[in-house]
Parts: sequence; C-alpha cells; structure tokens
Amino acid sequence: MTSEAASRRHAIAVVVDNESGVLSKVIGLFSGRGYNIESLTVCSINASDTVSRITIVTSGDDMTIEQIKAQLARLVPVHGIEDLSRQGEHIEKEMALVKIVAQGVERREALRVANIFGAKVSDTTLSSFVFNLSGSSRKLDAFIALMRSLGEIEIARSGVVALNRGEEVFSHHR
Amino acid sequence: MSPSPLNGAEVVVKALVDQGVEIIFGYPGGAVLPIYDAIFQQNRLRHVLVRHEQGAAHAAEGYARASGKVGVLLVTSGPGATNAVTGLTDALLDSVPIVCITGQVPQHLIGTDAFQECDTTGITRACTKHNYLVRRPEVLARTLHEAFSIARSGRPGPVVVDLPKDVQFARAPYVAPDNIHHRTYRPPSAPCAAAIAQAAEALRVAKKPIIYAGGGVINSGDKASRLLKAFVDTTNFPITLTLMGLGGVPASSKQFLGMLGMHGTFEANLAMHNCDVMLCVGARFDDRITGRLDAFAPNAQKIHIDIDSSSINKIVRADIAICADAGLALKALLQAWQGMAEDKKKTQQKAQQKDLARWWQQIEEWRKRDSLGFRSDKKQIQPQEAICRLAKATRNRPVRITTEVGQHQMWAAQHFPFEKPRRWMTSGGLGTMGYGLPAAIGVQLAYPKELVIDIAGEASILMNIQELSTAVQQRLPVKVFILNNQYMGMIRQWQELLHGGRYAESYSESLPDFVKLAEAYGVKGLRATKPSELDAVIAQMLAHPGPVLADIRVDQHVNCYPMIPSGAAHNEMLLGDEPQAKVSDDGKMLV
Repeated sequence: MTSEAASRRHAIAVVVDNESGVLSKVIGLFSGRGYNIESLTVCSINASDTVSRITIVTSGDDMTIEQIKAQLARLVPVHGIEDLSRQGEHIEKEMALVKIVAQGVERREALRVANIFGAKVSDTTLSSFVFNLSGSSRKLDAFIALMRSLGEIEIARSGVVALNRGEEVFSHHR
Repeated sequence: MSPSPLNGAEVVVKALVDQGVEIIFGYPGGAVLPIYDAIFQQNRLRHVLVRHEQGAAHAAEGYARASGKVGVLLVTSGPGATNAVTGLTDALLDSVPIVCITGQVPQHLIGTDAFQECDTTGITRACTKHNYLVRRPEVLARTLHEAFSIARSGRPGPVVVDLPKDVQFARAPYVAPDNIHHRTYRPPSAPCAAAIAQAAEALRVAKKPIIYAGGGVINSGDKASRLLKAFVDTTNFPITLTLMGLGGVPASSKQFLGMLGMHGTFEANLAMHNCDVMLCVGARFDDRITGRLDAFAPNAQKIHIDIDSSSINKIVRADIAICADAGLALKALLQAWQGMAEDKKKTQQKAQQKDLARWWQQIEEWRKRDSLGFRSDKKQIQPQEAICRLAKATRNRPVRITTEVGQHQMWAAQHFPFEKPRRWMTSGGLGTMGYGLPAAIGVQLAYPKELVIDIAGEASILMNIQELSTAVQQRLPVKVFILNNQYMGMIRQWQELLHGGRYAESYSESLPDFVKLAEAYGVKGLRATKPSELDAVIAQMLAHPGPVLADIRVDQHVNCYPMIPSGAAHNEMLLGDEPQAKVSDDGKMLV
C-alpha cells in the first residue's frame, strides 16, 4: 500500500507464550510480509518461565504499523501488544559490550572516553578493555564510533528494550 | 495415578469422534501407522484413502466448505506433510477450516535428518492459522481440541498438529472437548454498537450505495446469507458478490449485479466505481477485486465488516470499521435500519428512494450492455454456452459445483447461477489448479445424495487426475465436466494481452484421450465435439449413476470477458470487442 504518510519508528512490545516456535512465528510474520525489523529482543518475564516479552523496533507509515499490530494480534500464542511509541512517553534502553584492543595513548584515551560516557570496565588486559555501557541506541552509536577510531574493536549489542513511563502496567504480564 | 487405558493414537481417534468428525481423508505412512491401526479397530470414523496428499487437503476443504464443519486429513511425515502444503495454503487464503494431522519421526530422531523427517511445523508456519508439535502425551487431547476450536472460530483456517510417533505409542490421558478455554486466543464476534449505528446512518443518507459481500458471509453460516438477503430486500440496495461470496444472496435476486472484479460484470464494476457509500461485508479488497488502487471507488465512503482485524485497513482505508462476525453484524445493521424513529424513517426514506431510483436507472443502463453476452455458434461449442446448458439441465435439482482454476472457473462463476450458499467451491485466493476434483470428492461425501460437478479445464484436471481412483473406490458419482480448449486458456489470454501473442508453453500438447483415460480408471467417459451433441452428453452424464468424465471440446480461441486488465481501474474494463487492448507498463508488472 502506498501512502503519503511519513514512515515513523515504533517500539512495539509483544507478550507471548514462552514456547518453542513462537519466536519464529513472530519473525516469520515480519519477513513474510516484508516488514522491517530494526531491533528485536526477547526473554521470559515471569517466574514460571511461561511468558516472554518481545520488544521489536520497526518503522513504517501509520497504516503499516496498524497492519503489523493487527497481524501480530492474530497469532494464536500472542497475549497482547503494546505500541509504546504511540502510547506516549516511554523509556528505551540498550546495552553494549565493546572490546577495544589498543596500547599507549589510544589505550589511555579509550579509558577517558569510557569515563565520559559512564561505561564500566568489565574486563581488562594490558592491551585491551571490555566496556559495558547502557543507554539509548544513539548514545551507544556515538560511543562505538569513538572507540572505533582508537583501535580494533568487537561489539555485542543487546537490542532495544522498552517500557512505558508512569504507573500504568501492561496487564498481559502474568 | 493409574496409567491411561489409551495410547496416543487411540486418543487421536477419540478426540476426532468427540469433535463430531465422521470422515477423514488421508494416506498412510510409517510415521502414522499407530493412528491407522487405531482407525482400523473402530467403526465410527470413516477413512477415505486419497491417491496424493494434496488431494486429501482439497477433499477436506471441499467437505468443510460444503458442510460448514471442520475438514480433517491425516498424512505421514516428510513427503506426506510437504504434499499437503499446497492444500493448507489454499485453505489459509480462502479461510477454510481444516485440521491436518501429520505424523512425525519419534522425538529422539527429530533433527537428525531421519528417514521421511522434515521440519513440518517450520514448513507450515506460514501456511497455517496455527500449528503444533505435540511433545508430551499429556497435552495431546487438549491440543487436538484446541486445534479444532482455532480452525473453526473467528476467521476459519487450517491448523496442523504434528505428532511424533513415540507420542502416538505412549499412554496418554484423555480430556473431553468441553471446558477447553484457550489462554490467549480470543476471536472477535459481536459488533460494536456505535459503529453499527454510524454505518446505518451513512447508508441511510447514501445516494448511490452498493453492497459488496464475500466469503465471510458464507463462512458465518446460512443465517448470514438470509440476513444479507433480508437487508438487500429491505433497503433495495444493489449488491455484488466476490468469487468467494457467490450464493451469498440468490443469483436471481433483482438487486444482484453479478460478480465484481477482474472478470466481473460491467454493471457491478461500474456501480463500485461510481458509488458514494460502499458496504463491504466479509470481503478483503483483494487485488482481483480492486484493480488499480488509486482509482478504486474514488468517491465512496467505505464501511468494512470483517472478523479479521488485520483485513481492515490493510489495502483500502475503511471510513467505518466493524470488526465482527458477518452474520452478527448484519443482524445488528438490519435492526438499526429498522429501528430508526418512525417519523425520521419516513421523511428520509422518501428522499432516499428518489436518489435510489436514479441510481437504479443508471445501473439498468449499464446492465443493458449485457457484458456476459456471447454468440452461440453452430459449428463449435462456446465454453459459456456449455456452462449455461449445464446450469439449465441441473436447474431443478440440488447441485454443488467445484472448479479448477482458469478460464473455465471464471466462466462458471459468471454463467452458473447460485441460489444458495455452500453450492460453490472454488480456489479463489491461491488459485490452485487441481483443486476441483478432490474438492468434489469431499463435497460428495458431505452430500452423498446431491449432484456434484467439477467444472474443469483440460490442463487443471491433469494436476490431480489420480483422484478418480478415490471416487471409484468410494463409489462417489462425481461428474467432471471438462471445457477442453487444448490451451491453458487464461495463460494464453494473458500472453495475448501482455506478450505479443507468443504462446510460450501454454498449448496443451500431448493430451490424453480423456474418454479412454476415464475408462482406464473405471469411470464413464463421454465426449461432445459439436454444439448439437452438447445437451445429449450432459443428459447422459447426469443420468449415469457413477462417476463421469465428460470431455467437452470447446472453441479453442474464446477469451474470458469482461476483464479489468492488470493496473487498470473498474471503469477501464475490456469487454472483448476492443480492437487492441493496451496494458500499462506498471500493469505488466502485476500478476
């Protein structure tokens, strides 16, 4: 469907049964219908490990986003869907582990930059650090760009998790 | 706790019986032998052996669509499951409730590339409404009941239950179908009263209304069709039906404009194009219906009733959206229409009647164009004429029609009048050649005493011709009426329109002698080559008590009109008498 409406980024939370095959149903829906996934995270969220929350960051015009939510709602193991970007204020966080291999000035500079960003040192050798940083995806992007210029790096990122601000609780969590 | 007296295979049979299943279609294999053994030792479930698992899926579809019950098939692992995939996809696109039980290798072999192993739930993920791999015997009975409930409720569809062989052998507890409440699955049913009121108001002030109804009305049950007819009669609004919706109102209704869409009538498509309020009931604005989207009903306020919320606003933005069962929504709409305050009703109705009269006058002008008209020929049988004669010969008896896919399908949809729902079973969404014969077998099993005819093409019928053996074995008197033009006619029609008449591979070379082929299967074979033979062959076909294959040699070069070429709008139809039709470059890209 062509639409003049602008493409917008949406963080969508999907609460599903924590069973094998459910994640592939969700991912298959996105690939099969040509929707874009910018980030996807999943983990079980209740004590009995029976329910998982998937956070998907996607983008599209209003009609596409509405369609994505309707298609997700149609999957049998889906308990509920929350479009965090639509419902107003929400928090998005991501975590990154960044390994940098550097010596001398670059090594000292890397540590200084890490301090500025509030990154923690998770591992060190005489010629490397592993930093651990969480925050917005843009903050992580900026940190990684600086590290890249200081030495050889390896990156692991968690993808985005998101939650509504305020006292309201998404009732599908059980 | 004492061990259950039943094993998994016996639980399957018991669950099917408790779900009201009487007939299952299937084909045995190593991974389902325990279930076949359990079937062998009882007499409440009738098993119908097909000759190819695709046939089992289409037969289950035909059974389901004719009877309104869930169709069931049982196939083995690996090739059994993959052969059923086309039928599952067909059922998904046409919203047909079927449950497919597939055997799977025992769990300790899953993932080892064992003999006849395939990732059935992975493969069928995209072509089912839902699927299960049953890993523990304790959840088997519950899973089967859930599968039936999901298949038949909401927007119906296919559900796969994959059963490893060790689960079939294991002792398994049984639970009855009642009191199975799904944790997450909540299909919509009743309409929102405010939306209904809004819709009734929009329709009340419409000057050029149209009702466009589809398969959702049929799936909702016969009551929905009666309500639709009542609504049409009360309002005197024109109505058009999709391919899937034929029979939703009687074809003889004076408000019925025929089918709409790519091969719909002139009056139906122009009424859609020019309407000011459109009431869509249980249809999904598919590309065969809308034509070019930016020119689709450009001035219409659109009301969309659909049980599947993902169908609403998918392709066409609905001004009033009603996510509900078609029957319940129609009931509410009819009540809202009739329940308006009497005085308001009178004045408004008077005003609307004037507008409606003008609208009908315009529609009658379009009707005069007689877009389905064709010229009979003395030398060659015209395919449309063959359908009309068949319809005439079967007019006074209950008849159910299935089709294959192609020109013959569109001619059947255009020229065979359906007075009731569930009389017409065709592959609409997926367009599966080879659907008609196995579907006819399923329909015949649902209605053993009625006349069931597969209107076929000579190319399509060869895709599942092996099912003639099934018909013979089960003594099913299905009739196959082949419009044989020795071409994949619809392919050829598109090659004429889009590819300079270069008939790449669309000529049906090396056809079998269908009469001899029929006889080889133990089926009566008939042939008509001249118009003068047509009625007699039809009469012979209908009089024969067993299955018949009738080879009707029709004019090879007739094309199916009217036609909205790809990328064109409803008001840019080809009626068949244009000297040279042009298709836009954008249109050539479409399918």
